[in-house]
Amino acid sequence: MNLIATEEGPRTLQISVLRHNPQDTESTPHWQTFELEEAQSMTLFIALNEIRQTMEPSLQFDFVCRAGICGSCGMLVNGRPGLACRTLTRNLPDKITLAPLPGFELIGDLSVNTGKWMRGMSEHLETWIHQHNLEQTDIDRLEERMEPELAEKIYELERCIECGCCIAACGTARMREDFIGAAGLNQIARFRLDPRDERTDADFYTLVGDESGVFGCMTLLGCEDYCPKDLPLAAQIAFLRGRMVAASL
Amino acid sequence: MPQAMSPWPARMDLLQSLSGLLLVLFIWSHMFFESSILLGEDAMYQVSRMFEGEPFFGKPYPLIVSGVGITIFVLVAVHAILALRKFPGNSRQYRLLHQHMGAIRHPDTTLWYAQVATGFCLFFLIPAHLYTVITQPENIGPYASSDRVWSERFWIVYALLLLTVHAHAAIGMYRLFMKWYAPSGVNAKQTRARMKVAMWCILVFFTVLGSASLLTYMRIGYQHTDSVGERYKPATVQDKGH
Repeated sequence: MNLIATEEGPRTLQISVLRHNPQDTESTPHWQTFELEEAQSMTLFIALNEIRQTMEPSLQFDFVCRAGICGSCGMLVNGRPGLACRTLTRNLPDKITLAPLPGFELIGDLSVNTGKWMRGMSEHLETWIHQHNLEQTDIDRLEERMEPELAEKIYELERCIECGCCIAACGTARMREDFIGAAGLNQIARFRLDPRDERTDADFYTLVGDESGVFGCMTLLGCEDYCPKDLPLAAQIAFLRGRMVAASL
Repeated sequence: MPQAMSPWPARMDLLQSLSGLLLVLFIWSHMFFESSILLGEDAMYQVSRMFEGEPFFGKPYPLIVSGVGITIFVLVAVHAILALRKFPGNSRQYRLLHQHMGAIRHPDTTLWYAQVATGFCLFFLIPAHLYTVITQPENIGPYASSDRVWSERFWIVYALLLLTVHAHAAIGMYRLFMKWYAPSGVNAKQTRARMKVAMWCILVFFTVLGSASLLTYMRIGYQHTDSVGERYKPATVQDKGH
């Protein structure tokens, strides 16, 4: 298998895309293969744009930032979830398959509606600061200070870009659609840390203390291994599991 | 705020892990006692008499072994019924899981599936073993056990049990560690990799130890084919040259 461009010249990549347009009643899911010459430092973002510009203008896929920040370009690359903009073709074999992330509503081809899923999760878990008398807060006053170490810890979890890779990598989420996955559990861990959120562990238990929450997790660790932001998801879930067990006793 | 939730999901998760932990500690200890046959028939005889309480009560009480067997059976039943919650529940879930595993080829997801498969086999293999332990506790000894292994063809059950139980136990311990104390920080990946190496080492160690013991019981059983039913007498009781 030729993994990198050699002195013989650039490789010809065969990129097969799983195509389907659910809006079109005539459309059925099928693979379409495109051939293109590999360029230096080519990412899948560059490759897909080249395909769209020169071969198939109707190809649907999402990109915004091109830098692994917006979380729009999550897809299955050779069966494994990842961000197309951060995937260099030189790390892939000659034949590449691209498929939409499973577990999300398909918009078309490689484009899925992660936003809808994330919003549903966010509303279900109430991922915002809960405070009594919030409407009486004096917004002209400076916020209470937070220790930098604590702010760092919150920021670490806040780095989640909601790309959906952890959901697509999770066997539990594939089998059980109501499972909130690592993206949801990470949000609970984040708000649990935040001193501005007045919710207790007993309150959090009412949100994640069942099999659609932390006790549904089977520690398959796909989330940990395929998170493009390298978030400490397994450690957060393990810690949250312990706290939720303590809250139940 | 939503209605208060049942504490049972938390309790069941904890109980599944605790019962699993106890069973792993039991099976690992069991292997050391069982493999005493490698040190000789006398050593195995002493160990089996010890578990019947002879050193403490002056004479053997095989019912103690039955009691331990029943306790283990109850633990296995509790562990199994709790673990069943996590098995795929219908053909749709199996199809989705197989699709997912085939595409992602993720080692830890495969490890979990190995636990599902070995766990399923253990539903049948453990009762077969425990039934004889509970109902015939007096028939545990260098000759009695070897006769059972060879002449009663129990080596088939034990060989399958050996392979499945140690895979299930070693993988289970690694997964327990990741479930309740997944490492974090800069060394997280390294710690997890070390835990996985430890898992494989433990799996190989107990499989080799168990296989060596089983082969020894098979050899003794084969040599004892003509005297099935005869019970072992320790060297201190046997006539010299016997």
